[in-house]
Amino acid sequence: MATAHKDVCGTLEGKATRFGYSDGLLILGTTDPRVFVLDADLAKSTTSERFKKEFPDRFIDCGIAEANMVGIAAGLSLMGKVPFTSTYGTFMVDRALDQIRVTVAYGELNVKIVGAHGGISVGPDGATHQALEDLGTMRMLPHMTVINPCDVNEARKATLAVAAMQGPVFIRLGRESVPILTDDATPFEIGKGITFEDGDDVTITATGYMVYEALLAHEELKKQGIHARVLNIHTIKPIDRELLVKAARETGAVVTAEEHQVMGGFGSAVAEVLVQDCPVPMEFVGIKDRFGESGTPDELLTAFGCRAANIEQAVKAVLARRKR
Amino acid sequence: MDPMLTIQELKHLATEIRKDTLRSITAAGSGHPGGSLSAADIMTALYFRAANLNSPTDPDRDRIFWSKGHIVPLLYTLLAYKGFFPKEELTTLRKFGSRLQGHPKKDSPPGVETSGGSLGQGLSIAVGAAYAARYDHLPVRSWCLTGDGEIQEGQIWEALMAGAHFKLDNLCAIIDNNGLQIDGKCSDIMCIDDVAAKLRAFNWHVISIDGNDMEQCVNALDEAKTVKGQPTAIVAHTIKGKGVSFMENVVGWHGKAPSQDELTQAIRELDAQECE
Repeated sequence: MATAHKDVCGTLEGKATRFGYSDGLLILGTTDPRVFVLDADLAKSTTSERFKKEFPDRFIDCGIAEANMVGIAAGLSLMGKVPFTSTYGTFMVDRALDQIRVTVAYGELNVKIVGAHGGISVGPDGATHQALEDLGTMRMLPHMTVINPCDVNEARKATLAVAAMQGPVFIRLGRESVPILTDDATPFEIGKGITFEDGDDVTITATGYMVYEALLAHEELKKQGIHARVLNIHTIKPIDRELLVKAARETGAVVTAEEHQVMGGFGSAVAEVLVQDCPVPMEFVGIKDRFGESGTPDELLTAFGCRAANIEQAVKAVLARRKR
Repeated sequence: MDPMLTIQELKHLATEIRKDTLRSITAAGSGHPGGSLSAADIMTALYFRAANLNSPTDPDRDRIFWSKGHIVPLLYTLLAYKGFFPKEELTTLRKFGSRLQGHPKKDSPPGVETSGGSLGQGLSIAVGAAYAARYDHLPVRSWCLTGDGEIQEGQIWEALMAGAHFKLDNLCAIIDNNGLQIDGKCSDIMCIDDVAAKLRAFNWHVISIDGNDMEQCVNALDEAKTVKGQPTAIVAHTIKGKGVSFMENVVGWHGKAPSQDELTQAIRELDAQECE
């Protein structure tokens, strides 16, 4: 069980996961000469600019042309390179979906697609720039691996791990600073969830930033005598069936938490597993079939129901259903 | 390395390739003969003379991307004639369990460089391959076949921008300019004339040819290999359905399989042209 998060849990000090991406790229720049980085005029925002400064001959700014960027990355990969493409998640996934589907996923190309600015916490830019469907859209594509790191360290590890594997990958990043929950000792293996807190009363399974909110909920519930198991599911596809089923079997009730549409997203992914292998009462925390809006990240996380309080409420609801 | 074929030998080969392409489409009961026939001459010239392509796995082979993926029956026939897979398999086109999918699937069979069929994507891939080849100082050229209907897709123009911006002189786009698309004449549906002028405005070296004249095809492809500092676009003015009288310039033959009788007639005509 990982315990690194306990040192920082409850503080708001942290770093945005997008910096973990470029931390990883800077390592790869030295260790893996196959790695190329492509951006679409948002290198500063995605932080891929840090790679550009160190390895300018392996950085391609494609301009504001996401579909073309994915195609160029495909061509690079066919020549043995390992291209990472990054821009805002909305543009990365939605503008270039056809290219990602037909060229990259169907062709099983070794292209790493990175969508920054995922989630409602993007803030004042509003609905157009808040990726709320990226994980769901990407996880529907055959051959695609989908990863949503919970903190800057996990984002770095994910970046390194996907470069070492063959095949198409989507990684989601966030814009805002988030608490650091893991350290170098925390394991990271694609497809393997991590148990952050043990408990047998209920399971809270969370992804991305919501892992932090799940830990806050865990602390609060503990005071009330409810011992929640907290799972960090960084890989949404392939999802860790074994860990999820074991948790469902041992706790009998599951709450999912994501900064994303529940419909088709992480909650759906977990439900698809449990309904087959271990049906238990479930509640879903996340965005409920609506677009975002402008506001501060704090205001929006609260307004859109992505808080520890929402998780607590869901835990109580799911426990009430289990008793019936 | 294949011995260099003469113009006469290439013409003969293009006729045989047309015949086997049509046979495969008739066997399938569906497919796209019109564009397969319009592009047959220049793609025969590319695969059997201009491009460096002796093995589908040679890392230094030229990369040829078929952006207009629907004319994949022609691609399969070319690859079979290259010896990359058995010719007998051509008649499995579009059948369940066949490697010969209705639109290109990467490596299926060997020599299909990328998946495609949703139009507009191939030139971007060709840009990426050319970029990597230049970075690695490889003698690899990147070729892309597109069509005058297909270039209505915006992504093509993104790729044209990028190819010129990166000064990729190992990149060549071939535009099969047959003037027709599914719904009618390109000039009626969404006119993009003058294509050559637009390509020049995007800083490409442009060569306009009769794309059904083998000598012009060979010369244009050779010229593309000599251009420095910018990519080349060959605007190949072709006739959709070329070589079969009842298919030539007929919109309806974009995506319809010839019946057995029509196939017999088509092959008779193609053979007759051989004797001329």
